[in-house]
Amino acid sequence: MIATDWEIVIGLEVHTQLATRSKIFSGASTAFGAEPNTQACAIDLAMPGTLPVLNEEALRMAVMFGIAVNAQIAKVSAFDRKNYFYPDLPKGYQTTQLERPIVGPGHIDIQCDDGSIKRIRIHHAHLEEDAGKSLHEDFHGMSGIDLNRAGTPLIEIVTEPDMRSADEAVAFARKLHGIVTSLGICDGDMSQGSMRFDVNISVRRPGEPLGTRTETKNLNSFRFMERAIALEVKRQIGVLEDGGKIIQETRLYDGDKDIARSMRSKEQANDYRYFPCPDLLPVEIDEAYIEALRASLPELPDARKQRFMKQYQLSTYDADVLGGDAGMATFFETATQQCGNAKLVANWVMGELSAKLNNADINIRESRVTPQALANLIARIVDRSISNNMAKQVFEAMWSGEGDCDAIIATRGLKQVSDTDTIAALVDQVIADNAQQIANYINADVSKRTKMLGYFVGQVMKLSRGQANPQQVNDTVLNKLDALL
Amino acid sequence: MHNLTLTELSVGLANKDFSSVELAKFFLERIATLDERYNSFITVTPELALQQAQAADRRRAAGAAPALCGVPVVHKDIFCTQGVRTSCGSKMLDNFIPPYDATVVANFVAAGAVVLGKSNMDEFAMGSSNETSYYGPVKNPWDTSCVPGGSSGGSAAAVAARLTPAATATDTGGSIRQPAALCGITGLKPTYGRVSRWGMIAFASSLDQAGPMARNAQDAALLLNVMAGFDPKDSTSVDREVPDYTAGINSSLTGLTVGLPREYFDAGLNPGTERALRDAVAELQKQGVIVKDISLPHSALSVPAYYVIAPAEASANLSRFDGVRYGYRCADPIDLRDMYMRSRAEGFGDEVKRRILVGAYCLSAGYYDAYYKKAQQVRRLIKQDFVAAFNDVDVIIGPTCPNPAFAFGAKGNNPVAMYLEDIYTIATNLAGLPGMSIPCGLVDDKPVGLQIIGNYFDEGRMLNIAHRLQQVTDWHTRTAPGLN
Amino acid sequence: MTIERTDIEKLAELARIDITEQNISATARSISEILTLVDQLQAARTENVEPMAHPLDATQRLRADCVTEPDRREDFLALAPCSENGLYLVPQVLD
Repeated sequence: MIATDWEIVIGLEVHTQLATRSKIFSGASTAFGAEPNTQACAIDLAMPGTLPVLNEEALRMAVMFGIAVNAQIAKVSAFDRKNYFYPDLPKGYQTTQLERPIVGPGHIDIQCDDGSIKRIRIHHAHLEEDAGKSLHEDFHGMSGIDLNRAGTPLIEIVTEPDMRSADEAVAFARKLHGIVTSLGICDGDMSQGSMRFDVNISVRRPGEPLGTRTETKNLNSFRFMERAIALEVKRQIGVLEDGGKIIQETRLYDGDKDIARSMRSKEQANDYRYFPCPDLLPVEIDEAYIEALRASLPELPDARKQRFMKQYQLSTYDADVLGGDAGMATFFETATQQCGNAKLVANWVMGELSAKLNNADINIRESRVTPQALANLIARIVDRSISNNMAKQVFEAMWSGEGDCDAIIATRGLKQVSDTDTIAALVDQVIADNAQQIANYINADVSKRTKMLGYFVGQVMKLSRGQANPQQVNDTVLNKLDALL
Repeated sequence: MHNLTLTELSVGLANKDFSSVELAKFFLERIATLDERYNSFITVTPELALQQAQAADRRRAAGAAPALCGVPVVHKDIFCTQGVRTSCGSKMLDNFIPPYDATVVANFVAAGAVVLGKSNMDEFAMGSSNETSYYGPVKNPWDTSCVPGGSSGGSAAAVAARLTPAATATDTGGSIRQPAALCGITGLKPTYGRVSRWGMIAFASSLDQAGPMARNAQDAALLLNVMAGFDPKDSTSVDREVPDYTAGINSSLTGLTVGLPREYFDAGLNPGTERALRDAVAELQKQGVIVKDISLPHSALSVPAYYVIAPAEASANLSRFDGVRYGYRCADPIDLRDMYMRSRAEGFGDEVKRRILVGAYCLSAGYYDAYYKKAQQVRRLIKQDFVAAFNDVDVIIGPTCPNPAFAFGAKGNNPVAMYLEDIYTIATNLAGLPGMSIPCGLVDDKPVGLQIIGNYFDEGRMLNIAHRLQQVTDWHTRTAPGLN
Repeated sequence: MTIERTDIEKLAELARIDITEQNISATARSISEILTLVDQLQAARTENVEPMAHPLDATQRLRADCVTEPDRREDFLALAPCSENGLYLVPQVLD
């Protein structure tokens, strides 16, 4: 496959759970992880005679999103019913917005690998309710239905097919994630399904009309998204190059196995019979409502990135990574405020901490090392209590829950030796133990002495079991040897 | 005792002429003896009734009690009642005991009323004859070979047979007014949004409205006082003050303008019904009412528009009956699809299935614009007709339905003929207007009804007209033969 | 409007209502009759008429974002045709 022969066309549909306390149409809790069906009230269960009333916070969050992506906000929006039968859909229809979504056309700018800025258009975003979950564990040949999630507010964000590579799609997804978490309208927790990406993919020869697209559903990590796109692009190009045709279908990606399969069941009788929901009235908002939200909008990733570069002198890359994600940004700023060393905090957050979070597959908000703890650790590096290498050991121990950094340094005896007399004594010992090498040093050519110096420093560090301050050792060795000349 | 009106019973309780427990026992006994003839109840609740009656007697003894404290009522089996089976006339919900009360039911509980039971009805309120009930047809107390009308046929028959002084009912296309007319009682469908729909099992959400059935306008006013009101749990409920509907009920009618729509006095109207109507209008004229000829030009389109909109909404509203969380599930489903297909095929009756299919058709790809959207446009035209008419007149008067009660099976295999029974009542549901039916005569020894259509939230004036008419006529005091 | 057997089969599938072989033609006939009645709508002049979804010109009221519903799982599960371990059970769901 020669990538340049084919143009990849990608559009996204993103289901974003809104971080409200209660459901979109009922007063049941939206908290994650409760016992099955304990957060499904009569409305969520579609008990006969129950009726929906719209949650004001869900509306507010949707409008905030619209403002943040430069979109037109509908002064009048309305809910429709989308009819289909599925056991996790209690009413037999999903309450959603088809004709009059709350958020109209807008856009998000992403940064491409070459540094250029690309604009991805948002077609619209609409409010809707989430469905429950079918648990596929076997209950004597039956499936279990948990309706706790039913009625959780969502905005479904639909883009235009403006992305041309998996990288662009992932860059967009990350940017979107940064925006919704910065707005505080979504916890961004992809592993718990707070953001779920459906990817529409087609390929074509450059200049030709759009090819037939497929939809790969429910990708819940950036990594899976990237791999699922690569897989599907490869499949489509393979089919086309073999003279085949792409069938419009829904595909399900299995991240663990890195395979995807067609969901044929979704293709049957795809007639959703949308019509205006008679239980809900048109939602009207005025200019003042929109303007008040615009005025109180929290800082967004682009603005934060600029501020980080200015305020903390971060590189463009660092500012992008740390400013792009609300959780990272908060962590970074909290730690920096405490220890005062932005550069070190940035390095640690993007280095050790990110690696740990990735490994554990958890969100930075659930980090086992708090910003305060990291700030304490950095303070110990800055005041030379420990070396950078030692700090990594201490961080490891902090992550494992062994306590705060001072306690770990103390119990493990990792404290760096910076006492001048102690170091002088160590250096004297090494000089005394290495008479032959000293003699060689004195007789050596000046140009070779710098190299030879390293040997003595190494011996001192070894003698101190690594705890001596390396810079001080270096200086002391140099001074003492100079004195022998 | 059974011939006393709700108002008289309320006074009797206040005067300690009898206790609420005595009243409840009396009516329960009457139901036990007589309802075999009418089948107007799906569930009778003697234990609940006696318990509520005892509580009401204690409340009365403790001091000031509301007007309806201790009086018996019956709820249409479409209203959810906590702990009492609520079937909606369907096999689908034959085993359904709601863990919550409808707002209407809760309002009656708060008022201290005593629930005798749940009345029979067309399945999911789809029908005009009560023949579609899973629990068998209700018989018209005036002639048990005839239908009581529907869908609130059980409530209407129970009131007409004096098995209860009052009942709740619902009206989507005439389901309060048409059975009220056919059973010779007073029924009122309020303005859409006046009474909460919470806990009332939905047929067509934008048309459904609950209202009272009683012996006369005075009693209907008392009931509406309890039923009406804003409910934050219903998005379509209107936040608007509830007047005391009994307050202005006896006001003078002088100078009031009544419109008679010429489309309602058409060839389809039974000449006997028309005569009765004209007589009633003449009585009103004697009281100083000015009568005007008006036109509602889109009237003929109301039945076609209704039979798109109502089935479309119903097709979605009834999707929740899927055998998963409550209600009927077929035996031994072989797979998920089979569970859906058979639970719904076995749990729903023919008329309900027919309307679900029609609704699905009108909403399906390629037909939406020609049917659903078109019907919604016609709906606006129908509303505009009324808005224009109410610029000229205070209320509109016409027949409730073309004919008196018809025999069982008379329209059995012809759904369209049945649908046309509602030709004069459907338009007000489409427009969201209040409508009321009061008895105005007998045709072939069976009652016929006069319909009063009011402007939005003008129930007080409708009750005023009905009451004044009932002060000078006695149709509302007539009882079915053999009852006394 | 005439409804064919295939229309009924499609509607039955959409509405998830099994219609037995012997009922298909009777169902098609009665639905055709209803649609003939409904077809009278086509005569209406509706250019520039805004479709009307609600009888009143009201707008949606909003609810405060508060958790008001307690856990009543046992009350609700008691109504279920089939349940186990706090879950509603249905024949296997296959994607």
